[in-house]
Amino acid sequence: MSVASPSSSALFKLLKGKRELILNIISPLLMLLAWEIAAQMGWIDVRFFPAPSKIFNTLLKLIESGALWRHLSASMQRLFWGFLFGGIPALLLGIAMGLNRTFRAVLDPIVSATYPIPKSAILPLILLIFGLGEASKIVMVAVGIFYPILINTVAGVLEINAIYFDVSRNFGARGWQVFRTVAFPGALPLIMTGIKLGVGMGLILISLAEMVGAKSGLGYMMWNAWEILSVETMYVGLLVIAALGIVFTLVLTEIERLIVPWKVTR
Amino acid sequence: MNMAQQPIAATGAGADDIKIRMSELSKVFETRKGPFVAIDQLSLEIPQGCFFMIVGPSGCGKTTLLRILAGLESQSSGELIINQPKTSQRPGNSMVFQGDSLFPWMSVFDNAAYGLRMRRRPVAEINEIVGHYLARTGLRKFRDSYPHQLSGGMRQRVSIARAFANDPDILLMDEPFSALDEQNKLLLQEELLKIWEETRKTVMFITHSVDEAVTLGDRILVMSAHPGRAKSIVDVPFARPRSVLELRARPEYGEFVYHIWGHLRDEVDRARALDEASAS
Repeated sequence: MSVASPSSSALFKLLKGKRELILNIISPLLMLLAWEIAAQMGWIDVRFFPAPSKIFNTLLKLIESGALWRHLSASMQRLFWGFLFGGIPALLLGIAMGLNRTFRAVLDPIVSATYPIPKSAILPLILLIFGLGEASKIVMVAVGIFYPILINTVAGVLEINAIYFDVSRNFGARGWQVFRTVAFPGALPLIMTGIKLGVGMGLILISLAEMVGAKSGLGYMMWNAWEILSVETMYVGLLVIAALGIVFTLVLTEIERLIVPWKVTR
Repeated sequence: MNMAQQPIAATGAGADDIKIRMSELSKVFETRKGPFVAIDQLSLEIPQGCFFMIVGPSGCGKTTLLRILAGLESQSSGELIINQPKTSQRPGNSMVFQGDSLFPWMSVFDNAAYGLRMRRRPVAEINEIVGHYLARTGLRKFRDSYPHQLSGGMRQRVSIARAFANDPDILLMDEPFSALDEQNKLLLQEELLKIWEETRKTVMFITHSVDEAVTLGDRILVMSAHPGRAKSIVDVPFARPRSVLELRARPEYGEFVYHIWGHLRDEVDRARALDEASAS
């Protein structure tokens, strides 16, 4: 016992600060376990809810055949370009709206009116304008990412204490310098929130857009699985999207910690 | 009471030595309840190199006055002339703000270097000047820290280093020590005086503390409130360089503070009576 205690106390120390992290990992695992048991025992209809182990087998098969990688990379590329084409204009416009009262007065009503339109409802219009190719998928993601980033960036700039703008003016900052040294870094915490929300919205919309007139992507994979009644493949698609959601959140939270070190909540 | 209306001329300084000249400067804010006169026809001359203190009750427009000087606000009427040589490369003024004004997203060094960077000074010059003032304010070890990692006193030191490093023609200080505890306040006053002795810049310093005004200043303007007017100007008779503690131990110091209080007391009483009248 006395020999074991130093290493166990070291382990305890290691785990002590990570209690929340451990709980974060354990809770979905427990859910999967309950699901597996329920499926094996026949408590749930396995035609609709196949056991996680079967889904996992399908996942391995899809990885081996390279199909999953092909669909995943197609979706990721669309997400990436959509993120750039939606996110960067949203960021610039958001800061401009936050800084300029006139700009805000002109654009606020337009943003408020267009924001609540369900993005899924404009998919037919986007298909009509941009066709069935890559462009329509990218535009769909861009539109979805645009609003959360825009709205959070405006809020972020408006939240900046007026004294920081006084300081920058008094110390001779002009135009772009104010943007770079006050507006952008000051709004960054909320911009990061907007990016997180935007990526989530992007994942929703990319799967949706790929279900219509696409030949690749996770959305296509799931839609195709429905047509050939491969329930497991559908679940693999859901699983991969869920995993992407987790990975993006973790990565973005880590990035946030690196670039917003003054907003330490831990 | 009536003397408040008269322009108060600076004594003992030639016209060429006047750094800041205000004549009948007024500031009126439009509020929902109608116009509010923050500053009423203030006329003032401040000599070059003067450590000028403005003391008065809250609501006497002292912060507004400083913001006008800083160019963050403009006067409603009257004239403000700041005498800066045309050849000067220096910025007109730098302000030490009341309360937390450091950028939370910048390190101590970046905060102190802000003015120089905005003026695109060469990196070597920035490193040298900022390094000097961080050393003078005892912050060298904290150059890479962020403001939230510092105490209130240290944050205000950075703020002072930022203003001095910018090497302005005029330093504006808006109650920079009002949020600090007594010990820290005393330390920072002492440090401020030492740094100021190096350059002897013209300083315009606002405070509500008579002690602070007498300790730091060459000349004190006592202001009245609602509307903000010049009530009187008093020259501080104590020699420089000063040590804060030694100065405060002297009997003349207490007498002088009492003397200034005499100017201020009826103002504070009047302001309070006005507040109570408007509240009821």
